[in-house]
Amino acid sequence: MNQAGLQYKRRLKRRHLVSRMFAIICIISTWFGLLVVALLLIGLMFKATGIFDITASSQTELRNWLTPHLLTNHMSSHPEKAGMVAGIWGSFWLMVMTGFFSIPLGVGAAVYLEEYSRENLFTKFIRLNIANLAGVPSIVFGILGLTVFARMFSLFHDFPPIGIPVGIGMIKIPIPFGRTLLTGSLTLSLMILPIIIIASQEALRSVPQSIRHASLALGATKWQTIWHQVLPASLPGILTGTILALSRAIGETAPLIVIGAVSFTVYNPGNMEHVSDYLTKPEVLLTVPSSDFTVMPLQIWNWGTKPQPEFQDLASAAIIVLLLVLLCMNGLAVFLRHHYGKRLDW
Amino acid sequence: MLPSSKHSLSAKTNFRRIWEGIVLTSLMFCATVSVFVTAAIIFVLVSESVVGIGDSLAFFQEVSLWSFLTDTAWAPQYGEGQFGILPLLAGTLWVTGIASVIGLPVGLASAVYLSEYASPKTRGIIKPLLEVLAGIPTVVYGFFALFFVTPLLIKPFAENVLGIEANIFNAMSGGIVVGIMIIPMVTSLSEDVIRAVPRGLREAGYALGSTRFDVSTKIVVPAALSGILASFLLAISRALGETMVVMIAVGAQPKLTWNPFETMCTMTANIASMANGDAGTGSVEYRSIYAVAFTLFIITMGMNIFSQFILNRYREVYH
Repeated sequence: MNQAGLQYKRRLKRRHLVSRMFAIICIISTWFGLLVVALLLIGLMFKATGIFDITASSQTELRNWLTPHLLTNHMSSHPEKAGMVAGIWGSFWLMVMTGFFSIPLGVGAAVYLEEYSRENLFTKFIRLNIANLAGVPSIVFGILGLTVFARMFSLFHDFPPIGIPVGIGMIKIPIPFGRTLLTGSLTLSLMILPIIIIASQEALRSVPQSIRHASLALGATKWQTIWHQVLPASLPGILTGTILALSRAIGETAPLIVIGAVSFTVYNPGNMEHVSDYLTKPEVLLTVPSSDFTVMPLQIWNWGTKPQPEFQDLASAAIIVLLLVLLCMNGLAVFLRHHYGKRLDW
Repeated sequence: MLPSSKHSLSAKTNFRRIWEGIVLTSLMFCATVSVFVTAAIIFVLVSESVVGIGDSLAFFQEVSLWSFLTDTAWAPQYGEGQFGILPLLAGTLWVTGIASVIGLPVGLASAVYLSEYASPKTRGIIKPLLEVLAGIPTVVYGFFALFFVTPLLIKPFAENVLGIEANIFNAMSGGIVVGIMIIPMVTSLSEDVIRAVPRGLREAGYALGSTRFDVSTKIVVPAALSGILASFLLAISRALGETMVVMIAVGAQPKLTWNPFETMCTMTANIASMANGDAGTGSVEYRSIYAVAFTLFIITMGMNIFSQFILNRYREVYH
């Protein structure tokens, strides 16, 4: 073989070697994040259940913190008695109220942008604005909530609370809202609004035009077409996006710290003592929006930043509970997408 | 019978027309809410930091912009109080810098792997897993850093290899964990633009005898460069705005230092700890959080707008 051929062969070999090494680097990168987080999760699980604590000093005793007490007890200064029931109910009501405010607004905005708006400067501006809003740090939303909802620019002093009549009585809303569930849910609603709008827009876009044309050709008005045809067809997509947005709201901590939600409380929202209170004493429900609250991430933060190792282990157990709740919500979203997404394959 | 039924039909039509109008108006209102929110954010930040409403003074009417930008200490509680953004900015830059060094290359490499190498089956496993990672709350990542990364990785490394003392709260562990946190974001955003590069370009490369490495680094990545840069900018702005991880793992002591193994304070952690503390409403300390938030808002907003500009201006459109 001549000189050039040899040289070519050597170079080819080297190029293939480089290519293979690049592939290996890419594979390692892909699994790097996944493996690290998996290892950390396993470590956390061991720490919470007391099987093995890699960072514990020798004198701390290992015990299982993932007990039924954790779900039913209130916070306490004794780690053995402490539980996160107030945080669980707080997170639940926060999610319900955030959904109440953000879903109609978000889906409405998406319907307007996808079905009604023409491509003009105003629409372009709204789109750009939504994209930018999605990138604003959550803590800035916390400042917005603190100033506009919790304090209302300190403009109101000794203002009487406003009553909103509902079927079973009056919901009393203090002015300014203060550090209540109402403030928290309004703040988080504004934060997740861009996510809901963008997800709903995508879901609406995936409904084929022929459905709309068929409905309009039968004499339906534009809104009838949207309400009876387009929205039902895009519902799985909208629900999936909404659930993911709400699960983001449940895990959020920073804006709630800023608006002044408490991290230590021994009361459930509305001073409810037992679940049956919601049925036997429905007036408890009316005080929920105006009551102080804590949520699971805030309790985790409170426990985990305490110096005692017992509380840090308790925080690990609470993290497991929070992650299980989020896993259920994500699973529901994936199920909706797969189950209904297949049936509605146009 | 005919006229009356005709009459009722027209009445129905009229009602429908009005109803359509009501619906359109309320939907338009929903769409404009997002604009109101942006306007409200800017109004709140400006009114508390630049121009006060009524007789209340804004932050920059008490502390000059010059001292805010050049003072090297952030110590609101001592005497007159020093309000220099530099230590907070330095803390933010340290954390964001470390996070970028880890998150951006790893995220890009895994995006290349997913779109160029992985089989559809592998993709089907990894993509949902990345979504799960992206859904883990930031407070959990914060405790990963404090419980595991600092005692198991940072402390032994600093003490045994570098021979220096590492604080239990340090910028290094926070930065590393924020870096791991932004990997899924970089991967999914970059993978979308990399996959959008047309097949023909790749096949032309292979036809000329290129290896996969050549095609990936010399054809696909350059073709998708604008989108990749945009995803990098979004990820960096996410790292800048990250609060819980830095508050838990990096601490809340504003310090201007070159040592990443020391405790620091970022802009976000400063806002959260000041708001959580007991600074009275109306005091300069209380209003300083608005000035810091305003700075943070301008930086992240600028990066978001810049990334959209890159996407629109430099996007290669293939048909």
